[in-house]
Amino acid sequence: METLAMHISNGIIDGPVAAVFAAVALAAMAFCVLRGRRDLDDRLAPMAGLVAAFIFAVQMLNFPIFTAGVSGHLLGGALAAMLVGPWIGALCVAVVLVVQALVFGDGGVAMLGLNVTNMAVLGTAAAYLLIALLLRVLPRTPAGLGVTAFVSALVSVLVASMGFVFQYWLGGTTDLGGNLGSLAGTMAVAHVLIGIGEGVITATTVVTVAKVRPDLVYALRGLRSAPASAVPAVGGAR
Amino acid sequence: MRKRPWGFVVGGLLVALFLAGVVSSFASSHPDGLDSSLREGCTFDADDNITGGSCPAQREKEHEIGGPLADYGVAGIDNDLLSTGLSGVLGVLLTFAVAGGAFWLVRRRGPGEEVTTDRQPASRGVPGRE
Repeated sequence: METLAMHISNGIIDGPVAAVFAAVALAAMAFCVLRGRRDLDDRLAPMAGLVAAFIFAVQMLNFPIFTAGVSGHLLGGALAAMLVGPWIGALCVAVVLVVQALVFGDGGVAMLGLNVTNMAVLGTAAAYLLIALLLRVLPRTPAGLGVTAFVSALVSVLVASMGFVFQYWLGGTTDLGGNLGSLAGTMAVAHVLIGIGEGVITATTVVTVAKVRPDLVYALRGLRSAPASAVPAVGGAR
Repeated sequence: MRKRPWGFVVGGLLVALFLAGVVSSFASSHPDGLDSSLREGCTFDADDNITGGSCPAQREKEHEIGGPLADYGVAGIDNDLLSTGLSGVLGVLLTFAVAGGAFWLVRRRGPGEEVTTDRQPASRGVPGRE
């Protein structure tokens, strides 16, 4: 099997910018720990471990995206936000990225802050804002839940990819000769297509979990009528 | 009633192990969206080496660590199926141990859960107490 680099490699973004984003990522993760602890009880902790392990597994599954020679894979921010909430969800994605950088040689260790900022922070934040909005306006049915998962996943991938473009604008190591727009365009097109795959995977997984154990879906907490089930949602339990 | 999550977690882990251990070998081996965007402008030979042109990927440097599981394979195992699958299985277990362990350690031991005296084994179907 060929090299499977999925995240920002060493040398792509310069050192100072990478260091700034390492600080940004660290601060964001510290905040997530503080805020997320409120959610993190005996039931959510093992579920969060599972979500991280599941994201690691599905990130290995590169799928073709209908443009020649390009693949995509799950980022996981929306999936994590739906299943375990935004704070613990962002931490789940970050743990995956740390394991990949330290053990699997994927994504430079010096680039970890950039990768965490894009996928764990921006991706999860964008997803959760949309989840909170869509779950309020869409019908509380499996279809409504699926559409919420799909849309939030698609947008979160696009936002994460634009995070990289912004970082490249700040500290990209190759002078694109003012041609950042073409990099942004290439990234956007590829990641809209990847986002469709992310949306399908996220919606399928979330709807399945909601059918089997609606009480384990964070996004359904506090909603009176849980989709696809007669089991009442655990009333706003935190 | 608060059902315990352990049965679901074990089931989910088995699915993850299957995906990372078996399905991963059939994943697309083309560069992903990020990688391919950074390779725009360069030409490559069959072994993925840059043969000409100019693109951001040219500035890529070696990984600091590498390690025996680098690039989602196990060093020393030549069989691609086995190498990829085994690295995936190890990755899932390691990620679950690190994330699950860390979250378990920092979890909130608040009222209503009775965790201080809770020594029940992790079995499903035990009805939760009020």
